[in-house]
Amino acid sequence: MDVSQYLEIFIDETKEHLQSLNDQLLILETEPENVETINEIFRAAHSLKGMAGTMGYKRMQRLTHDMENVFSEIRNGNMKVTADLVDVLFKGLDALEAYLSNIQQSADEGTEDYEDVINQLNDILNVGLGKGKGQAEPAKKDVPVVTSTAAPQSDSGFEKFRDLVIQSYERNAIQKAYDIGMNVFGITVYIQETCILKAARAFLVFKTLEDLGEVIKSEPDVQDIEDEKFDLDFSLILLTKESLESIKKDILNISEIQNVYIDNFKLDQAKSDTAETEEENNKQEKSSAKDTGKNKVSGTSVKQTSKPVVNRSVRVDIEKLDVLMNLVSELIIAKNGLVSISNSEGASRGESGFNEQIEYLERVTTNLHESVMKVRMVPIESVTNRFPRMIRDISKKLDKKMELYITGEETELDRTVIDEIGDPLMHLLRNAADHGLETNKERVAAGKPEIGSIFLDAYQDGNNVVIEVKDDGGGINVEKVKKKAVEKGTLTQEQAEAMTEKDAIDLLFKPSFSTSDTISEISGRGVGLDVVKTKIEALGGDIEANTKLGVGSNFIIRLPLTLAIIQALMVELGTEKYAIPLGSIQTIEDVTVSEIKYVHSKEVINLRGNVIPIIRLDKVLDVESNHEESDHLTVVIVSKGDRLAGLVIDNLIGQQEIVIKSIGKYITNNKIIGGATILGDGEVALILDVNTLV
Amino acid sequence: MEENIKSLESKQYIVVNIDKEQFGIDIKYIDNIVRMQRITRVPKAQHYFKGVINLRGEIIPVMSIRLKFGLEPDDFNNATRIIIIKLDAQSAIGIIVDEVKEVVTLDESMISKVNTELDEKNNYLIGVGKHGDGLISLLNIQGVIND
Repeated sequence: MDVSQYLEIFIDETKEHLQSLNDQLLILETEPENVETINEIFRAAHSLKGMAGTMGYKRMQRLTHDMENVFSEIRNGNMKVTADLVDVLFKGLDALEAYLSNIQQSADEGTEDYEDVINQLNDILNVGLGKGKGQAEPAKKDVPVVTSTAAPQSDSGFEKFRDLVIQSYERNAIQKAYDIGMNVFGITVYIQETCILKAARAFLVFKTLEDLGEVIKSEPDVQDIEDEKFDLDFSLILLTKESLESIKKDILNISEIQNVYIDNFKLDQAKSDTAETEEENNKQEKSSAKDTGKNKVSGTSVKQTSKPVVNRSVRVDIEKLDVLMNLVSELIIAKNGLVSISNSEGASRGESGFNEQIEYLERVTTNLHESVMKVRMVPIESVTNRFPRMIRDISKKLDKKMELYITGEETELDRTVIDEIGDPLMHLLRNAADHGLETNKERVAAGKPEIGSIFLDAYQDGNNVVIEVKDDGGGINVEKVKKKAVEKGTLTQEQAEAMTEKDAIDLLFKPSFSTSDTISEISGRGVGLDVVKTKIEALGGDIEANTKLGVGSNFIIRLPLTLAIIQALMVELGTEKYAIPLGSIQTIEDVTVSEIKYVHSKEVINLRGNVIPIIRLDKVLDVESNHEESDHLTVVIVSKGDRLAGLVIDNLIGQQEIVIKSIGKYITNNKIIGGATILGDGEVALILDVNTLV
Repeated sequence: MEENIKSLESKQYIVVNIDKEQFGIDIKYIDNIVRMQRITRVPKAQHYFKGVINLRGEIIPVMSIRLKFGLEPDDFNNATRIIIIKLDAQSAIGIIVDEVKEVVTLDESMISKVNTELDEKNNYLIGVGKHGDGLISLLNIQGVIND
């Protein structure tokens, strides 16, 4: 069966299930008795197993199967959740994630078996069920030996059905068959090596047998046999009223069958229910042994069919699509309206009708744009939801108690931004956990709560989305930063002394700068903050840091909400036109020259109690102003975070929706211009990047 | 086959006038030639960038070869053209020339290399081709644009 078409869905759903497992495990760790959580986990693990199985990812299936076993026992109340268990389960999750990323890249799960995780799982299972570890260990080790060596040596050497593993419900069925006097046969069928359509032959065997009785078990299972996922032989258990001889005859009647081994299948090897887990192990060992063999056979064909599958997709709420559809219908209506007006040209009401239609069209296109942007928007949750787990691991590794509080996960960002923002945020959180927070002892000594807190807050602010990463740790020691900079030769002693606190903190964003004296596994190699800064700037955002010694640090990331189309205020400077993004504009003020005051020989105005620096745009942009200095200035008040500035312009043109275009890579050393746009008459207007001006 | 061999040895160049000199630009880099049009100045750009133009909805930066070479500033007239160059698919750039004259095919044998150490400006040349009575300075267009 070709499953490649389902791969995307598989990847998507697996991600969801893994995330849900992750979340639930975190809950489970704090509330080990939470039945609902346990059920949820069990369901997720079960779905994962099923999905992996369908897609033919045997290793993944095996691992999830083992995890499911553990959850199953917990659910049945046979086991308790322990810290060890949760650790191992997390390891299992990591392994599953590794499988998934392999699959994403190559459509193949890879060859790593994660034996250690599986063994740990089984150990815990055995211990948890009251069996000695010592017992379990040899049992497990014996199994592969049994399967690999015993099979060829057993009676005729080909009766592989003797190795079939019987599940409890199958055992019940067999027992019932005994009770009503039916024969239970184990059968192993060998197909001729020259046979081309093995699956078809096997199918005939099944069909024949199904007419004679009931096949309750086959190895490999029916699906695999149909898909020709077997070598030359397969084994099955048949419940029938027919005699051994007649069945053998019937099977051999099918052409291209090499041989049939058939015998009474006895439940004498039947083990008590508590031993089931051992059987499970047994089965897994066997299937894994088989898998590797099978992979060798089908290895080449797998490689041929697999293609890289890094298709980027967005899951879209059907409601959003409906809205989109409606808008497109309206667009067509608006177009038709225009057509009919142009047809009835000359009619007296033509002019007003035309304007009406244009207005209608305008409204529709604006809504359409908004909706399309919304389709591209993804809640930031899809990034942040992996952080609680990360903090948990760091907390364990550092032996430092901490809590992560996330707010505003529902804040939406453009998909492209979401894809990139994960790593920078992770850096910041790690920094906060490792450098930011003091050890528990230090915290208590400083009179703080023992458990450190890290906050991740996301919210929308105009046309920006702001993400703050805060901790209530020791803050950044500015003096230490300066000292380090002097040591490294980035600064001279005099420079360091003259430096403001803010500038000193900005040093942290310079390449290879880490204040941590020790390099740890988690952070401290000095590749952190500069990478964060570069990445965020590449996304069109910026980052700043605030810190207070002893109280904590706060990193504020500002990201653009939309990427391609924005509302902007068009202004005139001399003969040139510029666009200022509306999102960063606070107000527009009419200021008389006499209101301008000087602070540090810089122009400022006092606006309703705020002292706001004035930026003469014509000077900054070297515009030849044909304008005579008048008494009144038009000042556009723009903001960047809580900082304000007033931009002096010559004329206001008006508000307009503009499409942002890049001015290319050749014009450099120009950060003031964020891009360009084409106006209705084909003229080019430049877009001012307010963030670099303020 | 024959054509292949031929194209290895000879290349087509567009001959343009800048100041009093004739320059040749390898035709394979040229995307388009457009008339002079309104250029929007970009503040704080390198001095030899005149600004950007709108070419059918695309924003394209425009460079003045004259300013880059330290010659007299351009005097835009009816003959002035902007040659749109595409070194790679995503980024186009326009260069202003006084006049576009003709397309010539130059054989390898007709091109003599220049000594690049003599003059900084010569970094922008790959050679000098002989065509008829005149000489054509062949522009190293990558050098001109990326420098």
